Amino acid sequence: MLNQLTKSVGRVVRAAAIAAVIGGGIAAASAQDITGACATFPGPIYTKWGEQYKATGAGALNYQAVGSGAGVTQIINRTVDFGASDTPVASERLASNNLLQFPAVIGAVVVVVNIPGVDGANLKLNGAVIADIYQGRIRMWNAKEIKDLNPGVTLPAVAIAPAYRADSSGTTNIFTSYLASVSLPFQTNVGAGNSVPWKTGVGAPGNAGVAAAVKNTKGGIGYVEYAYATENGMQAPMLENRAKKFVKPTVAGFNAAASQANWNNAPNMAASMLNMSGDTTWPIVSATYVLVPKNPSDPVRAANVLKFFDWAFKSGGPAADQLHYIALPKAVQDQVRKKWTTISANGQPVWK
Amino acid sequence: METTAAKSLIGTRKPHLGDTTFHISLYVAGAIVVVVLASILLIMFLGGRQAFETFGVGFIWSTEWNAVTSIYGALPAITGTLITALLAICIAWPIGFGIAFFLTEICPRALRAPLGIAIELLAAIPSIVYGMWGFFVLAPFMAETVQPWLTEVFAWIPPLGDSFFWFSAPPLGVGLMTASLVLAVMILPFIAATTRDVMLSTPQLLKDGAYAMGATRWETLTGVVIPAVRGSLFGAVFLGLGRALGETMAVVFVIGNATRMPDSLYAPSASIASVVANNFPEAETGSIQLAALLGLGFILFVVSFGVLALARLLLRQERMA
Repeated sequence: MLNQLTKSVGRVVRAAAIAAVIGGGIAAASAQDITGACATFPGPIYTKWGEQYKATGAGALNYQAVGSGAGVTQIINRTVDFGASDTPVASERLASNNLLQFPAVIGAVVVVVNIPGVDGANLKLNGAVIADIYQGRIRMWNAKEIKDLNPGVTLPAVAIAPAYRADSSGTTNIFTSYLASVSLPFQTNVGAGNSVPWKTGVGAPGNAGVAAAVKNTKGGIGYVEYAYATENGMQAPMLENRAKKFVKPTVAGFNAAASQANWNNAPNMAASMLNMSGDTTWPIVSATYVLVPKNPSDPVRAANVLKFFDWAFKSGGPAADQLHYIALPKAVQDQVRKKWTTISANGQPVWK
Repeated sequence: METTAAKSLIGTRKPHLGDTTFHISLYVAGAIVVVVLASILLIMFLGGRQAFETFGVGFIWSTEWNAVTSIYGALPAITGTLITALLAICIAWPIGFGIAFFLTEICPRALRAPLGIAIELLAAIPSIVYGMWGFFVLAPFMAETVQPWLTEVFAWIPPLGDSFFWFSAPPLGVGLMTASLVLAVMILPFIAATTRDVMLSTPQLLKDGAYAMGATRWETLTGVVIPAVRGSLFGAVFLGLGRALGETMAVVFVIGNATRMPDSLYAPSASIASVVANNFPEAETGSIQLAALLGLGFILFVVSFGVLALARLLLRQERMA
């Protein structure tokens, strides 16, 4: 009964979204249009790609950044043409709902700080210290653990005010997965997930909310997508990577992580990019995933979705760069295209 | 002399189509309220049943809300909801009452209308705007000025048990106190406007009588106006309380969204409505998390219902006494 209820709610939401799109003066739905319900993490890049794709004369992308959970639910109910999730969906769930999963774009999470009198961009932190900060074990910026990482830097006796995402989000999942992988206490006490039982700190809504909370609070620390940190001119400290090197968040560092990932052997193409080896590698990098039905009821729309992502792989690189995302490596793109050939409607392959 | 047309009207009463339709439609209108109320309650309960079955009474009393291990206890959210709503009422009631008395008795006639409109406009501001104002203006002010000062002033109050420190907490800016202040501003116009209307309904004759006997304004207020409208004054407060309990968007911005038990009046916390709003989009269909969220909704419904019922009970005793 509840399933039914949620389904109808989904339908209403979708109808409302479509109504809003039409009301907003954007072109009414045509046969080429596709709809997607997705995670918020890749929201900016999908929107940008959608605009550029439409400018090429192809169909419009009606995209709702509703969150990973809702994105998965809606594609399972088939109320949208594709769904998206920031975290790979479990293999059994993909199989039981006949879904194909592929990575679409790669993004990075950075830590941001606001410490009076300290240049945050040159501060050095590592995963263990951040994990302790978020468990309330390190409470002051002049704590010994932080001083040890930053010899020669005068750290003030200011209380640390950690901020996290109040809404359940893929960004939190990536960040907590990283912390859980480098800190055993964090894994046992807090764990990794879209929303976790934080031991200390305040929750602010959205990337923008966390960014503002850090800016507003003396001694604040938070985590946001790289794009938000650069857009808001925030100070993102260096992090220690697996090679014990302190690295600044740069697109080159994100690319290094993407190239290290083991794409060939990952089930459902869910390759981990957290804490990869390499001297320049940024440690908190992750892909965001797209979900499409393996047995679409409408082969034309299904093909349109694949055409859109094919276009995005070929021509979406500059937009990704501009918004500080990382396009998939060429080899991975080809692997994804190969996966697409397994999609078929009425016995006919959708992608040729 | 009677006409045939008039004759047919006398003595018999034919059912009139318009009349019957009106009669039935009134019953339908009345029934809709009951049906909607009952079905919301039922659907919330059915949706949350899985949570109540899994965690039992612990769902209400447990302090752990952990989406990673799928253990859900509602107590932190219930605590946050009740504390913020009650604090908001404590702040807004005296001010709202003062505004109402000022408007009805003391305010110069020329100022009455503009002030009244200003208060009503305060009620028209969307809650998201209050939330953003709270987050960007009030929270930094609280963190830098109010909280350090209050912490110092109330430092002598001993903690409650070994975990609740009243006014000592790191100045984060957002938390129970900030949320209560924002809620107080939000419910103020409701309380002020309702109280004003109630006070205006006091018969002028009674007030004139009091003044004629040499009563001061204060004596008139406490001796005549308040006793005359006491019941309705409570109504105004509970209207505000009802709104404070369920307010969502503004609270999400300023409460700090921490689903753990608060250890101070400044501590970040969460309300039932904010927990649901934050987690609902990511809750998967059929999951225990969704059940827990719907169960929270059910609890909020029952709490609000309980508050209103209590108000009614108090009012009845008031009238009987």
